[in-house]
Amino acid sequence: MPDNDQAMRNFVGTLPVPEFAETAFTTPPPLRDARVAIVTSAALYREGTPPFGVPDVHFETIPNDARDLKLGHVSPNFDRAGFAADLNVVYPVDRLAELAASGVVGSVADHHYAFAGNQPDTVSEVRLDTGPACAKKLRDDGVEVVLLTPV
Amino acid sequence: MCTLAHVFEAAGLSTVAVVPIRNVAERMHPPRVLAVEFPLGLPLGKPGDAEFQHRVLEAAFTLLEEPAGPVLADFPEAIRTEDSEPLQCSVPPRYDPNLHPAVDEAQGLRAAYDRAVARNGRTTVGSHVAVDDIAAAIGKFARIADGEPWDGVGLGESMGRVGQDIRTYYEELACELADGPGGPWAAERWFYEQTETGKVLLEARRRMREAGAPHLAWFLLSPASRE
Repeated sequence: MPDNDQAMRNFVGTLPVPEFAETAFTTPPPLRDARVAIVTSAALYREGTPPFGVPDVHFETIPNDARDLKLGHVSPNFDRAGFAADLNVVYPVDRLAELAASGVVGSVADHHYAFAGNQPDTVSEVRLDTGPACAKKLRDDGVEVVLLTPV
Repeated sequence: MCTLAHVFEAAGLSTVAVVPIRNVAERMHPPRVLAVEFPLGLPLGKPGDAEFQHRVLEAAFTLLEEPAGPVLADFPEAIRTEDSEPLQCSVPPRYDPNLHPAVDEAQGLRAAYDRAVARNGRTTVGSHVAVDDIAAAIGKFARIADGEPWDGVGLGESMGRVGQDIRTYYEELACELADGPGGPWAAERWFYEQTETGKVLLEARRRMREAGAPHLAWFLLSPASRE
C-alpha cells in the first residue's frame, strides 16, 4: 500500500506558504460561555447547490441543522470514505451539539462555513475578501470561537 | 486553514485549527494549532467513533486557555494507515456477459449504493455525473483504458470530476456493504485493487497522462501515490 499521507506531507512541505508579519491573538471568553462555529476547508456544499470549481475562492454557508452535505474538495489525495461514513470526522457538528448540551461550550452558531482548501497560491482572496467577509458573518451571528477543520 | 486563522483572529474571533500537516503550521504560525498525526481527510481521526472525536475536540479547545500565542500542540494519539485492516467487501458475480466487466459490476452494486444513501440521507455522488449515468461513464473510461483516444469517448471537459464521482459511488456503497469504512484508506484500497472499475480508472489515467490530456482530466482519477 503506497503511503499517500506521507507523500503528501513531504510534497506540501516543499510548497511556499503565505507569510504573516505577526500572529494576531484574540483572547476568548471561557468556553462554557462561548458561541462556537465550524469553518472547514473541505468545500462542503448542500444538495441542490452547484459544486465547487477548481480553483474556487467562494465560501458556502451551512445552516447548523443541515446534514445533506457533499464533499466538494477535489483532491484525490485524502481519505474520502471517512466523510462518506460519518460527516463528523470532517465537520463535527453533532459533537458540538453534544458539547453544548452538556454545557462544555456555551452555544453553537446558527451557521457554519466551508471554503475550498485548494486556493490560488497567493490566497489573496481569502486574506482580503472572502476571509474578512466570512469573519463578519460569524461575528454578526455572535460567534466568539471558530474551530477550523481541513481535509 | 492557517490563513483563515490569521484573518479571523485579526477580526476579533478566537480560533483553533486542527492541522494534519504540521510543517505548514510550523511555518505559518497561526494562533492556536492542534497538530494531529491522522490520515489526511480525517481531521477528527475516526469516523463513527464519537468518543475519539470528543478527545480531539477537548485537546483542541484546551488550547483556548493559553494566555498568548502562537500555540502549537500535538495530539498524543496517532492513527497510521499501515495499521488499517483490509475492507471485507465482496463484489457481485458477473451478471450480463455482454457488458464490460466494470459496467456490469457497477450496475450490480447499485442496490448497495441506494441503501447507503437511504441510511446516510446524503451522497456526494452527482457533482458531475448523475448516479443513473455512472455505469455509462464507467463504460467510457473503459474505452479509454482499452486504447481509444481520451477525447473521443464523450466524457466532456469535467472527466476528472466524473471519475471522482465514480470513486465516491464505490466508496459510499463499500461503507454500506462493510458496515463502515474500515480503517483509513481501506475503501480506497478496495476500490483500486479489488474492483474492475478501479482498475479501469487506473489504466485510463495512465493512458491519458501519457497522451498529454489536461492535468485535471487524469490527475483526479486516483491518488498520486498510485502512479
